[in-house]
Amino acid sequence: MPMNETMQLLDLTVNGEGVRVAAGASVAQLIAQMELDTRKVAVERNLEIVPRSLYAVTLLAAGDALEIVHFVGGG
Amino acid sequence: MDTDDCWTVAGRRFASRLIVGTGKYKDLETTATAIEASGAEMVTVAVRRVNLSDRKAPMLQDYVSPQKYTYLPNTAGCFTADEAVRTLRLAREAGGWNLVKLEVLGPPPLLYPDMEATLLAAKALIADGFEVMVYCADDPVAARKLEDMGCVAIMPLGAPIGSGLGVQNPLMIQSIIEGAKVPVLVDAGVGTAWDAAFAMELGCDAVLVNSAIALADDPVMMARAVSHGVQAGRLAFRAGRIPRKGFASASSPMTGLIR
Repeated sequence: MPMNETMQLLDLTVNGEGVRVAAGASVAQLIAQMELDTRKVAVERNLEIVPRSLYAVTLLAAGDALEIVHFVGGG
Repeated sequence: MDTDDCWTVAGRRFASRLIVGTGKYKDLETTATAIEASGAEMVTVAVRRVNLSDRKAPMLQDYVSPQKYTYLPNTAGCFTADEAVRTLRLAREAGGWNLVKLEVLGPPPLLYPDMEATLLAAKALIADGFEVMVYCADDPVAARKLEDMGCVAIMPLGAPIGSGLGVQNPLMIQSIIEGAKVPVLVDAGVGTAWDAAFAMELGCDAVLVNSAIALADDPVMMARAVSHGVQAGRLAFRAGRIPRKGFASASSPMTGLIR
């Protein structure tokens, strides 16, 4: 990948907050960047579930809206 | 626990007839200890955004193991069918199982089940392969519709969530139990052990309790109390109570009295 492309950043929205990742980053890389445990979270991208098995091959695009959730106490 | 008196939901067998919520505890240590004391085998959990500003915060799963307890993800906080379906699709991906608790609520202050939205969501979830345990109104007609649709358990409220008022409408709860072929659980409103015992005496298969335990002065002791209440109520139901009469029947012989 040419140098000028690797330096580009993508603006995403994750859980309602602005987050930047390197152009070409996958969902797996986003989760790693956030230091989350993939076994304990679920990811929705633009209202579609991203199966855990596809994190590495699901590439992010500018403007993507992601929800990353986990289980918390509830009744 | 009476292991000869199990109940089954969606092919899963449970000895404990108490399901507990994991919300409202003061900390995760107390959550874990109280749940252990309750003897519950199934726990409800909510699905929420990961806190991005505090990613190292302790997680429920580290205290209440999904390997030890059957996690029942809920749709608490959902006020439309779409929100509920979206939430449970995420729960299925996070947990890898499809047994869920559906609840679609109306507005405060009652958070009473919105049955129109609940029926819509149940239909969509069942079509998508979920096994749906459904929180619902104490309404035998709606309960029948949910069962006919394919819900695996019917869970009418005893009283509004967190109200601690106990079973307010025993006639309708009993009517739902009598009409159902799937398990019926009283899901909300239990305030103390007696309420759980009463629900079980009506013939429920199980009860679901959160606030009564989590917010008690001593949650661990209350977990034990509610567990005993559930077991006492279940035994009383199986034993068969005497009919109610409007007159006295002496318990001691009326013959052989001294004169």
